[in-house]
Amino acid sequence: MAKIITKNLNLWYFGFHALKKINSSFEANRITAIIGPSGCGKSTLLRVFNRMNDLIEGVRTEGEVLADGENILGQKTDLVALRKKIGMVFQRPNPFPLSIYENIVFGEKIHADGITRDKLDEIVKRSLEDVLLWDELKDRLNQPALRLSLEQKQRLCIARLIAVKPDVLLMDEPCSTLDPQGTQRVEELMRELKNKYTIIIVTHNMQQAARVSDDTGFMLLGELIEFGKTQEIFTAPRDKRTEDYITGRYG
Amino acid sequence: MRKFKEFIIEKLVLLCGFASIIFVGLIFLFLLREGLALFKTAGPFNFLFGKNWYPISEPAQLGILPLILGSLLVTVGAAVISIPIGVGCAIYIAEIAPIKIKEMLKAGIELLAAIPSVVLGFIGMVTLVPLVKNIFHLPTGLTALSGSIMLAFMAMPTIVSVAEDALYSVPKNYKEGAFALGATHWQTIWRVELPAASSGILAAIMLGIGRVIGETMAVMMITGNAAVIPHSILAPVRTLTATIAAEMGEAVVGSEHYFALFAIGIALFVISFAINVTADLFLHRDE
Repeated sequence: MAKIITKNLNLWYFGFHALKKINSSFEANRITAIIGPSGCGKSTLLRVFNRMNDLIEGVRTEGEVLADGENILGQKTDLVALRKKIGMVFQRPNPFPLSIYENIVFGEKIHADGITRDKLDEIVKRSLEDVLLWDELKDRLNQPALRLSLEQKQRLCIARLIAVKPDVLLMDEPCSTLDPQGTQRVEELMRELKNKYTIIIVTHNMQQAARVSDDTGFMLLGELIEFGKTQEIFTAPRDKRTEDYITGRYG
Repeated sequence: MRKFKEFIIEKLVLLCGFASIIFVGLIFLFLLREGLALFKTAGPFNFLFGKNWYPISEPAQLGILPLILGSLLVTVGAAVISIPIGVGCAIYIAEIAPIKIKEMLKAGIELLAAIPSVVLGFIGMVTLVPLVKNIFHLPTGLTALSGSIMLAFMAMPTIVSVAEDALYSVPKNYKEGAFALGATHWQTIWRVELPAASSGILAAIMLGIGRVIGETMAVMMITGNAAVIPHSILAPVRTLTATIAAEMGEAVVGSEHYFALFAIGIALFVISFAINVTADLFLHRDE
């Protein structure tokens, strides 16, 4: 089932045509990787799905992006509801300068008033368990989140995200600041989360895309060159440019 | 020869580097020497907590409690007015204002900082003082409240610019993170950016208050200068600073009165020093 569909999506940043006629379909409960050299527009595309580009001045979009069949590019789109449904993990782990506990309940607190402490405790436990951090952190929930290691921070950000029960997780190079072990563990986590969420990951690391994703899209200079099953993209690319990129001729 | 030149320049720069510290040290020593001389004849307790400041009566009564309370009242009043407005203004400039308005406001605030305090005092005297008098039906508008309002204007530029800096240097990815979780702009400011900038904002407040405590000219012109213990913010007061400024010229050098004014100087020095150290602690808390 398609969770997110883009139809003739164009995006301009002032005069720069950053996304050109993107047609794609992201399936539920699968991991889709978007790869391509830097500056190809892959992060920009990801940030269309939760309208993060709205924060940047001079961005104009055209076309349609359907999430569960609803166009999210309209003026009337409820951004709070959209971002609750489609959450994002950033390139640099960005826990808030609050305690571990407060980081995780942040979303719950802003979306609902007067939740009991018990309910919040339960959310913290469940979210940390989901990212396999509960055992490590259960005794130090009131410590500042900024003291965690980079990998723990990134997991905490994922925990903070799934605490608000999104459908879709957008991941913008989530492992680029992590060491190989940290990367491996976050990738394992992604595979585990796949059963519950639709995951779209942007990465410039082709091996990572090959390892974790079910589907892959290859972008170049704002165009989506090829989109399909990861295995096919990596073993039998149909486009010459995809082949060149995958075999390391540029990028 | 070249070596010698290097040596001279190096020593000169060294001297410049230490000059400020040397001056502060000398000033402090002088202040101490002159101020502590008072306590040969008067007890420190009577000085700090004495209720009457009659320096030229016989025998002189040198209690600075009314002056301390006067300074405190004016300062607290100014803080209550300037902190919410100043921090609010900083939030608006750092977070909400479109670029053009932002530039305009920043220029305006720099301009406010550039107004000499005597001019502010003068303007307060002819505009604010009659206003306070009429609104509250007072015999005189020269009150602690008038001083507080005027000093709030003087604290504002410091508070706004330091707090705005603090807010501006909150990493942008906190903001993105909060937005990506569906937080509204205000929720992001209130729950993420203000806590993240809290130490800088506290420092801004302390620096603003430090400016208020040390201010002399404007308060001397509009607070009424009555050295009595104030019972309300609508009463005339006299501050520590105004006392020194007003009386130093007429105190006989070497008299008890003269030493008492220096002792007030020590009290002021201690207060501002404490405020600056607190501000510094807040500023460097994260390091």
